[in-house]
Amino acid sequence: MSAAVNPIADSRVPAAPRRRGAPVAKGTPFAYLVAIIVIGVTVVPLLFVFVGGFRTTPALNADPTATSGPWVWSNYSSILGSSVFWQFLENSLLIAVIATSVAVGFGSMASFALSRYNFRLREGFYTLFTIGLLFPIGVASLPVYLLLRQIPPLMENPLGVALPEAAFSLPATVVILRPFMRAIPGELEDAAVLDGASRLGFFWRILLPLSGPALTTVAILAFVTSWNAYLLPLLVFNDQNHFTLPLGVATFQSQYSQDTARVLAFTALSMLPALAFLAIAERRIVGGLTGAVKG
Amino acid sequence: MSSDARVTDRAVGPVSAVAGSKALGGRIRRARQAGRPGGLRKWLELSLLLTPALVLFLGFVLAPIGVAAYYSFYNWNGFGPLNDFIGLQNYHDAITGQVFQGAVVHNLIIAGLSIVVQLPLSIGLALLLNRNLRGRAFLRLIVFAPYVLSEAITAVVWLLLLQPGGAVDQALQSVGLGSLVHQWLANTSIVLYTLFVVITWKYIGFGIILLLAGLQGVPPELREVAAIDGATPWQTTRHIVLPLLGPTIRIWIFLSVIGSLQLFDLVWIMTLGGPANASSTMATYLIDHGFRRYEFGYGSAVAVILFMICFAFALIYQRFVLRRDTEGALTRIVG
Repeated sequence: MSAAVNPIADSRVPAAPRRRGAPVAKGTPFAYLVAIIVIGVTVVPLLFVFVGGFRTTPALNADPTATSGPWVWSNYSSILGSSVFWQFLENSLLIAVIATSVAVGFGSMASFALSRYNFRLREGFYTLFTIGLLFPIGVASLPVYLLLRQIPPLMENPLGVALPEAAFSLPATVVILRPFMRAIPGELEDAAVLDGASRLGFFWRILLPLSGPALTTVAILAFVTSWNAYLLPLLVFNDQNHFTLPLGVATFQSQYSQDTARVLAFTALSMLPALAFLAIAERRIVGGLTGAVKG
Repeated sequence: MSSDARVTDRAVGPVSAVAGSKALGGRIRRARQAGRPGGLRKWLELSLLLTPALVLFLGFVLAPIGVAAYYSFYNWNGFGPLNDFIGLQNYHDAITGQVFQGAVVHNLIIAGLSIVVQLPLSIGLALLLNRNLRGRAFLRLIVFAPYVLSEAITAVVWLLLLQPGGAVDQALQSVGLGSLVHQWLANTSIVLYTLFVVITWKYIGFGIILLLAGLQGVPPELREVAAIDGATPWQTTRHIVLPLLGPTIRIWIFLSVIGSLQLFDLVWIMTLGGPANASSTMATYLIDHGFRRYEFGYGSAVAVILFMICFAFALIYQRFVLRRDTEGALTRIVG
């Protein structure tokens, strides 16, 4: 219990490896064999896409799995040289950044109110947000679209996608942040008050910085969800200039379905941001995405 | 959130927070509140903090469901006035329609296959990989990669691989399994299972990582003690490790079923639910009718049905299965 009251000492980054449970068994040859098979099954399809992007469509049609040339740069260079790919990337980034900022900003404000104020409707509001956990955006996309049709400025507008995505990220944000903020000791708040901080000052200067690990978790959740979203952008955007990356890849594939090499190159480039993000922030992402659902 | 956070969450309930769970804490808290300018300022702060989130949530989460429920009683193509009230006709049409029933069955097949195939596979792989393998971190990274890719990109990758005469067919032929080559996405009796394999490829890594994290919570001492008592490794795994993985497995099943019930992106891009509705899911049916065919009233009814199914499953599962694992918010609502 004493450890529980102090979240600062007890770092709550989920799934951070604990010494206690470190595996005891040594790797056997069989385990290595299985590991290699798992890696192979995962990597080979992705590798095929990356490598295929360097080949030509006639060569791919003749023998999709051959490793002989000719090798060309032109698929990648023509995509990187045209504005289409960059436009999709920019749209995805803009929407994901707005959705994440709004969800984390509004969500942390609400979590602060729901964790460190006493008022009558507090538990009612909290329950309202938790019920939202049962409304996945996938199920609700058509209703959201029908509502957005009533607000014409939001159609064909990045905000029309970003705001609903932020709204659907709020429940998880509040459910993760509230217990975390609650567990930060009241003595810190007393000290801040003694030093002349207002309650909002305490929130801004002390509570938010202390909530770093939990904020990272909810931000990653919101960002990845938005980045990968397909259905809502599909409904809201008609104009290709507004398409996000997932929508763009699917569209590109159907438009250039005859030119396999080009589609492979485009798909490979679209995978890069997510894979690079994973490689850079692996621990945070794996911890965030698995820790958040583990509860 | 670890279990101790939940303990705190419960201990500092609405009542005890006022009184203070510890005498000292209570005194300080009362003093802190007494030293504050009164109610008005608190209400201003509260409304400043809560209003944005509440407005966003009500506007984009609750209102759409309400709007859809309203439209679902009308026959409406989205353009004329909303005046053709038909009561529950849309619901009746959907539930008795063969195509929708087929879609529900497809969702259930995917959910069932996930539990029967993916779960044992994930557990087996996680148990095997929970060793001091060299390159463990790298393995974790690779295994997780398909999960961070969007379903849209996954769909396009496999669409390309599975083309007739494409890489998969070629690979099968080159190892002498040419007889296995099929029209993976065009054969109505195979397409659903092809999609299931792709789904497994994308999501198995998530299960493995989740279970590996669960295995971290199994104290090695328990295995040692069991070994000293003469338990075989299989007995140890079966009677000690698996029960301790229970909470992780139950969460996995929950996520997997909810995911299967909402399946859309992957199916839509790879097959549009075809051929001949052989791979349709509730969500592809919903978008096909509610969006592509402008049957907004009917689509709304389907959306409400899909929502009710997910909602009912989530509540029942939380109530009867997850309850013992997490004294979570959802269990408190229904319990």
